[in-house]
Amino acid sequence: MKSSERSGVRVSTIRRAMAGLLVLTAFLAGSARASDGEEAPPVESFTLDNGLEVVVIPDHRAPIVTHMVWYKVGSADEVRGKTGIAHFLEHLLFKGTKEHPPGEFSGKIAAIGGRENAFTSSDYTAYYQQVPPDALEEMMAFEADRMRNLVLTDAAVDTERGVVIAERRTRIENQPSALLSEEVDATLYQNHPYGVPVIGWMHEIEKLNRQDALDFYDRYYAPNNAILIVAGDVNADTVRSYAAETYAKVPRGPALEPRERPTEPEQNTARTVTLHDARISVPTVQRSWVVPSYNTASNDDAEALDLLGEILGGGVRSRIYQELVVRQGIAASAGAWYRGTALDDSSFSVYASPRGGATIADVENGIKSEIAKILADGVTEEELEAAKNRYVRSVIFARDDQAGMARIYGSTLTTGGTVEDIEKWSGRIRSVTAEQVKAVAARYLDESRSVTGYLLPEGKS
Amino acid sequence: MTFHWTQLTPATTGRLVALVSAFVVALSVVVVATGARAAVEIQEVVSDKGVRAWLVEDYTVPIVTMRFAFRGGSTQDPEGKEGLANLMTGLFDEGAGDLDSDAFQKALDEAGAEMSFDQSRDELSGSIRMLAETREKAFDLLRLAVNDPRFDPAPVDRIRAQIVSGIIADSRNPSTLAQIAFNKALFGDHPYARRDEGTAESLATVTPEDLKAAREKMFGRDNLYVAVVGAIDPEDLKRELDRVFGDLREKADLAPVADIQPNLGQETRLDYPVPQTTLRLAYPGMVRQDPEYFAAYLMNHMLGGGTFSSRLFEEVREKRGLVYGISSYIVNFDHATALMIGTGTAPDKAEETLAIIRDEVRRMAEEGPTEGELREAKDYVLGAYAINNLDSSSSIARTLVDIQVNDLGIDYIDRRVSLINSVTLDQVKAAAKLLLDAEPAVMIMGPQTTNGG
Repeated sequence: MKSSERSGVRVSTIRRAMAGLLVLTAFLAGSARASDGEEAPPVESFTLDNGLEVVVIPDHRAPIVTHMVWYKVGSADEVRGKTGIAHFLEHLLFKGTKEHPPGEFSGKIAAIGGRENAFTSSDYTAYYQQVPPDALEEMMAFEADRMRNLVLTDAAVDTERGVVIAERRTRIENQPSALLSEEVDATLYQNHPYGVPVIGWMHEIEKLNRQDALDFYDRYYAPNNAILIVAGDVNADTVRSYAAETYAKVPRGPALEPRERPTEPEQNTARTVTLHDARISVPTVQRSWVVPSYNTASNDDAEALDLLGEILGGGVRSRIYQELVVRQGIAASAGAWYRGTALDDSSFSVYASPRGGATIADVENGIKSEIAKILADGVTEEELEAAKNRYVRSVIFARDDQAGMARIYGSTLTTGGTVEDIEKWSGRIRSVTAEQVKAVAARYLDESRSVTGYLLPEGKS
Repeated sequence: MTFHWTQLTPATTGRLVALVSAFVVALSVVVVATGARAAVEIQEVVSDKGVRAWLVEDYTVPIVTMRFAFRGGSTQDPEGKEGLANLMTGLFDEGAGDLDSDAFQKALDEAGAEMSFDQSRDELSGSIRMLAETREKAFDLLRLAVNDPRFDPAPVDRIRAQIVSGIIADSRNPSTLAQIAFNKALFGDHPYARRDEGTAESLATVTPEDLKAAREKMFGRDNLYVAVVGAIDPEDLKRELDRVFGDLREKADLAPVADIQPNLGQETRLDYPVPQTTLRLAYPGMVRQDPEYFAAYLMNHMLGGGTFSSRLFEEVREKRGLVYGISSYIVNFDHATALMIGTGTAPDKAEETLAIIRDEVRRMAEEGPTEGELREAKDYVLGAYAINNLDSSSSIARTLVDIQVNDLGIDYIDRRVSLINSVTLDQVKAAAKLLLDAEPAVMIMGPQTTNGG
């Protein structure tokens, strides 16, 4: 997909905005200028008779709507031996239907200057278009049509497999850091399918065929396994009436089993993954742990983990950054990251890269000692408050981006969350105590059950 | 520029045209595409001290976003001190006025604002977004950052070390090396051939005094372009403009930069054992002020513009499955222009892919598009403008700064519609011939096979 949220560099605000469940809506923003501003219209949601959930997020500032359909299926739902089929099918959904030959849908979007794409993760697969509001109903008709009526030829499947193989080379083989991440995940998850790369293993992608794609499609692509999100210059009543003419006519699919994936056994080992690569000059160390996600956590542990991630390594004000990069001057980069938006137990990670004469051991020890300080003394009220303020602020900034809002709702609702969870997220963040943050650090950041990944230059160890 | 990178797991992946930014880096380009329906109402605001800004007033979300640019950028780096402007962009939030680095960042965080600075070859730009309720505190900090950055030795050394670490980290990265080599091939001794980051050696010579002097020269009111979007009215904005920019010198003092024609008609081959071969082609471009610009722009859109329907996308990806992303774009710097094509493919398919690209380019040069294709291209670039350029406060602010920097006029968004609609098929064919008949510069980076290809 287009926006590169998966990789490097663009961490700051996006990541903050996507941090936990993220965020918010109308209400909590509280208007600083209530006198001249209208209150943002509230988010509305409803469910069609065929099981399709619908969420409408009005934003009338520009004549643009973002139309997204999210399927509650991702790479972690694949059967063993068919890795990559969720993502491959995502590509194949652009190959036309009984009604609409290949290229017609994309041609329609291009003809009005719209933007379209799709993306796959371990828990969801989503398709979207951004178009002027008067094209919304047509987009809904096309998207509803390809929910059940896909037509695939062997030729189309063969060609597209080549594209996906090229994509894997671009995203993974071409990037040592992506190769390492893939191996760290494969080691971190000993039994859960989060250990499998979303794009699939190359040797299995090469064997995926038309029937594999259709089996997956027939099983998972149905209104009762999907969520429609419409954000932008439209209101709920309009979406409701368009939906009645489009999605509502798609028959409900067979009932799906609950999404119960294999779970992790008790992890009792510290594991290490090392990748030497000729393209690397400056090494990197990262360490990851399996931790609860928003969906699996109890007692606001996920909110506490989000705050722990922010305080420990969420940006230039974080402990790891201040200590390693600023005070000691041993790291070029350093931080932490919690992946809270996931259906099953997910991960918490820290990373650093040395600078100057410092070694990989120096920065690794530096991070360990920052974690040890939190385990011993917890976090201060002051830094907790600052971290909470940043999250609450991100909720308001997030409202500036309708596509971003749609993604927040889509990713939350396909990973076990609800609209209410999103609306109450700021309040729950506010209520987390310093004691809770210390407690989740103690409970989860245990080195003896972590995976450490080293990205190193060729030939050295 | 960015220091706090991390490695996230590839949690999502998908279909798309991985955009080829390779050589282009800093696309101040914005190519435009307008919307008949563009709903922004732009006000020109002039402060008491004469600072100009374009304002889109909107209270839907209680935030204020400002973006500004000073002409200049890395082309102003003195010889031997390459990387100075980029280093400077890392230092505006590292101490200003009476506040040292830590105190400044703490104050910024407490003010609920996010500030960032960036630089391209031709500009140094900044942006800030803030909650409307803490606006005054946020603009206070921006005023300090713009007028009185401290450039204290400790943060200068730290940010420099981070940049050097990045340069070293890239030193064996074939993609970066290819980019450097291709820029050198295209631009020779011109400043556009230099890396924005500079080198470890050139950065070592930069002193706090150099940074102060460079800021002083570049930050003039005659050289400043400002756009503001959000919850602020013109009167308040005037006051903030005067506070932040009103005391800057009246005229900037920029070193002249020569125009340059990229060196085309050459081939750069780089032999690296990578799993994917990178291909780049450079043809002549066309400047935005050229009356034929939109003919060239529409032609490029049909050839390889960023949709799933361009000729290159169709022939190379959809029909043959050779690549994941492929696109073409017209790059416009202040002193150079080029039409670039970029993609990546399996090493054993590189020659085939290159041949197909060149066939498509030749076909466009010789035959041009059809009337139907041109109609579709116009519809696209007209409709896409709002979606691509006006879909959030930050994208609106970026667009409005670009329009000002390129001197296109406050009515540009409306005027663009008729500029595009009036382009004829003959004009597009002429533009295709003009740009695509040339022998391109080609860069091929990947494992070189025995037959030389």
